[in-house]
Amino acid sequence: MADDILRIRTPIGIDYTWSSGPGSVGYMRGLENGKLLGRRCPVCELVYFPPRNGVCPRCGVLLADEVEVGPRGTITTFCVVNVPFLGQTIKIPYVAATILLDGADIGMQHLIQECEAADVRMGMRVEPVWRDKSLWTPSLENIMYYKPSDEPDADFDVYARHL
Amino acid sequence: MAPLRLFYPYDRTVGSTVGRFLTSLANKKIEGTRGLDGIVHVPPAEFDPATGAPLTEWVVVGNAGEVLTWSWQPEPFADNTLQQPFAWALIRLDGADTPMLHAVRVGSEKDMASGMRVRAVWADEPTPSITTIMCFEPEHGHG
Repeated sequence: MADDILRIRTPIGIDYTWSSGPGSVGYMRGLENGKLLGRRCPVCELVYFPPRNGVCPRCGVLLADEVEVGPRGTITTFCVVNVPFLGQTIKIPYVAATILLDGADIGMQHLIQECEAADVRMGMRVEPVWRDKSLWTPSLENIMYYKPSDEPDADFDVYARHL
Repeated sequence: MAPLRLFYPYDRTVGSTVGRFLTSLANKKIEGTRGLDGIVHVPPAEFDPATGAPLTEWVVVGNAGEVLTWSWQPEPFADNTLQQPFAWALIRLDGADTPMLHAVRVGSEKDMASGMRVRAVWADEPTPSITTIMCFEPEHGHG
C-alpha cells in the first residue's frame, strides 16, 4: 500500500520566448557583463532603468543615449516583510526596497540583506552583491541583493522627487 | 529574443478528500464520494453540491467507463502524459455518475467516438496526482 498522500507539489510554469525589443537589448547585454545600463529621454532628460520598451512614457519619444547607472544607489522607500508564507526562501524579517540607482531617475525594487531590517531607512546608501560571474545571465537576478555601502545617508532633496 | 519562464513552485496540502482520492489512485483504485441524492461523484466531491453538507460515504468505481464527449489535441504540450496526438475526454467510470476529464490514447482522431468504452492505463510509477492514471485506452484494443 502506498502511504497516505497529505500534500503535493504542483509547480506551474509558463514558458515564454520573450522579444526584448530594441529598447532593452542594451540593458540585457549590460547585465550579462555586470553593467547597469539605462537610457536617457532626449526631451525630459530622465534616465530610465530598466528602459523597458525604449520609449519615454512622459514624452512619448524614443529614448536615446545609453547611460551607465549605479551600481550604488539610495533607498527611497522600503517594506519590511514580517509575514511567513509557504515557499519562503529568505529569513524574515527582511526588506524589499525601492532603490534609486546613482544616475537613474526611476527606482527599482530589490532585496536588502546584510543588515537588520530595523536599521533600513530612507536615504540609506546601498551597493549590489553580485552572483558568481559564471552564473551571470541577461537578468537583474545577477545581483543577489543590495547591502549597506556604509556611506553617509543621502540628503532627502536628492531623492525627494523620486518618491 | 530570450527564454522567459514564469514559475510558481506551489506546494500544498490536499485535504482529507483529495488526499484519500490520490492515495487510492496510488494503490490503483479509483474512488468517489456519494452525494446525499445518491449521485456518485468521481473525482470525489468534498461537499454535497446541492446542500453543501460534507460527504463521507466513499464508493469504489471501475477502472473503465464510457466516453461522453471528447476533443482532439493534435499537438501535445510538454507536460502532457502523452507525447503524441491524443484525445481529451469526459469519461464516466463504471459505477460513477459524474464524468472525469482525462486523456485517451488512440491512433487517430477517427478512433474516437462518444459512447466508446475506455480503460485506465496506470503509470509505471505512481505520482501523487491524477497522472498516476497515465491515460485511458479503448477497452477492446485500438479502433
